[in-house]
Amino acid sequence: MDLWRIVLEALDSLASNKVRSALTVLGIVIGVGAVIAMLAIGTGAQNTITGSISGIGTNLLFVMRGGNDEVRNPQPLTLGDAEAMRDSFAAPSVIGVAPVLQGSAEITFAGEGDIVAAVGVTPEHESVRNIEITEGEFINEIHVLGRSAVVVLGPDVAETLFGRTESIVGESVRIEGQPFRVIGITVAKGGQGPSNEDNQILIPMSTAQTRLFRRSGSDQVDMILVQAINADGVITAEEEISAILRNRHRTAIGEDDFTTFSQQSFLQVAETITNVFTIFLGGVAGISLLVGGIGIMNIMLVSVTERTREIGLRKAVGARKRDIMLQFLAESALLSLFGGLIGIVLGWALSMLIGAISAASNADINPVVGIDAVLLATIFSAAVGLFFGLYPAKRAADLEPVEALRYE
Amino acid sequence: MSDWVIEAEGITKVYRMGDIEVHALRGVDVRIARGEIVSIMGPSGSGKTTLMNILGCLDRPTSGSYSLDGSQVAELGDDQLAEIRNKKVGFVFQSFNLLGRQTALTNVELPMRYAGVSNDRRKRAMEALEAVGLGDRVKHRPNELSGGQQQRVAIARALVNNPSMIMADEPTGNLDSKSGVEIVQILLDLNKNLGTTLIFVTHDPEIAAHTKRVISLLDGLITEDRIVET
Ligand SMILES: Nc1ncnc2c1ncn2[C@@H]1O[C@H](COP(=O)(O)OP(=O)(O)OP(=O)(O)O)[C@@H](O)[C@H]1O
Ligand SMILES: [Mg+2]
Repeated sequence: MDLWRIVLEALDSLASNKVRSALTVLGIVIGVGAVIAMLAIGTGAQNTITGSISGIGTNLLFVMRGGNDEVRNPQPLTLGDAEAMRDSFAAPSVIGVAPVLQGSAEITFAGEGDIVAAVGVTPEHESVRNIEITEGEFINEIHVLGRSAVVVLGPDVAETLFGRTESIVGESVRIEGQPFRVIGITVAKGGQGPSNEDNQILIPMSTAQTRLFRRSGSDQVDMILVQAINADGVITAEEEISAILRNRHRTAIGEDDFTTFSQQSFLQVAETITNVFTIFLGGVAGISLLVGGIGIMNIMLVSVTERTREIGLRKAVGARKRDIMLQFLAESALLSLFGGLIGIVLGWALSMLIGAISAASNADINPVVGIDAVLLATIFSAAVGLFFGLYPAKRAADLEPVEALRYE
Repeated sequence: MSDWVIEAEGITKVYRMGDIEVHALRGVDVRIARGEIVSIMGPSGSGKTTLMNILGCLDRPTSGSYSLDGSQVAELGDDQLAEIRNKKVGFVFQSFNLLGRQTALTNVELPMRYAGVSNDRRKRAMEALEAVGLGDRVKHRPNELSGGQQQRVAIARALVNNPSMIMADEPTGNLDSKSGVEIVQILLDLNKNLGTTLIFVTHDPEIAAHTKRVISLLDGLITEDRIVET
């Protein structure tokens, strides 16, 4: 028997009982749809997270105050610490150091106002954090030395205050009631939530320390960003700055009163989390595929019983076991394959829907239906059909022709 | 080589149903020559169908030796039996046994599909249907055909692979006497034109009257095997 004929006949047989075929296939449709949607969302979430971590800059280290729980009275990080890290002898792997001081502040212009994240920065912040300016300029050394009342606005802030993101440089805004001159607007990065960098303002470190956020020590900063020369240099840079800080803070060995994270470690943690999430959801979806497969087996067994006489007749005119086997396997595999294909479409539609919903709610997950997921689902669903069709097909093939013909 | 299509000796068939053994055939010897027309008669339950199934290689005897067209059936595997049913035997059943969703044409094509014929399948099926007088009904499905027409499709299916014999188990049992006669006539013509061996299983003396040889069965044994002079 030629394969094409087998497929046609299987299609015909499935079409003869459309409602039953449709209901049988539903389990596979839901299973595959779930797998596709889950994988798409998992990939999308991963891309968003890695994208936003990578967007922070390249080869970065984050240095924060405080060690493990046993370390008491950690010393604060200071501008002096940051200055020490710039020492190219003690820290040859470091090419950029950017201390920051963070807080929130009310910013107003002509009656419009908002409370936004305000960050005190040094000029090096621009290169370390990969910040780009659409108009105007970034904070420079003179601004810092002069404790100038100048501010660089994120595009969202500009939008809130001015209703536009252009020709704003030179305008005067009020921050916590004090007048500041706008000197630049940053390029939109498309972030969201509390860490949305488009909705923050940058001011000179010295200005922040003296006018906005008073810390106990005048020199104190909240975090120091360190940029290593390259990806391989991140670990050596970490060792170098740790040595510098231990020396400056005079801490005992094993009692660091500061903590460092590399950007890489954030990426790894994020990847692990999204992988676990994807595997878990994939597993749940896989179980529904399994249930779908059992549904197929069930209906194929019913079909074999119903068509006992037909099987007997086919054997009487010369069908071999393998002919009968193939006939029923073709039916179950096609059934399942159809389910798979419909499921792929459904899963794709579902992930688009979720993408649209998340975009509308400002949680930018862009689900990605990968070609590998589609292939996997197609192959897997056909395999499910073959596997669960095997037993019914074997039952059919093993029928004795005489018994089958006698069957009422 | 002898010209016996069928050479069966000491054929027995025992059905086991739990503790009970049913001896459907209890030692049947029969030889049928190529081109013969034979009726197997006997009361219900005498073993006619059982014998026909064994002779047609649908079933295996419990004991006894059987050779069909010179090959010992007991030595053949399932696939080889399937091939014999496909190429050497054509079955015609009382209840037609057509595939309900297929047209007359595809029903007739079925044995050729299992034979691996692919080239002139359609053409040969058409010829077979024309031979049984259904050239104008090829696209009809079984439920669009009368009983007699359905049985003619079944005959076309039985003869399409040019078998050396056709076995018909009460082929007219579900038909009125007029279409019954037509069916028998088609089969007799087949014998005349192609020399196909015909074996009828029947209750009907009318049919038996058309055959030169009548084998009578009773309780699994042949009681009479006579040649009818015409
Ligand atoms: N599968 C089976 N299991 C048990 N007994 C069977 C089976 N098939 C047939 N028999 C028994 O074997 C005997 C012969 O049956 P068979 O069908 O050959 O009779 P028959 O001569 O064809 O009868 P009829 O004219 O009614 O068709 C009967 O007694 C029947 O009950
Ligand atoms: Mg019978």
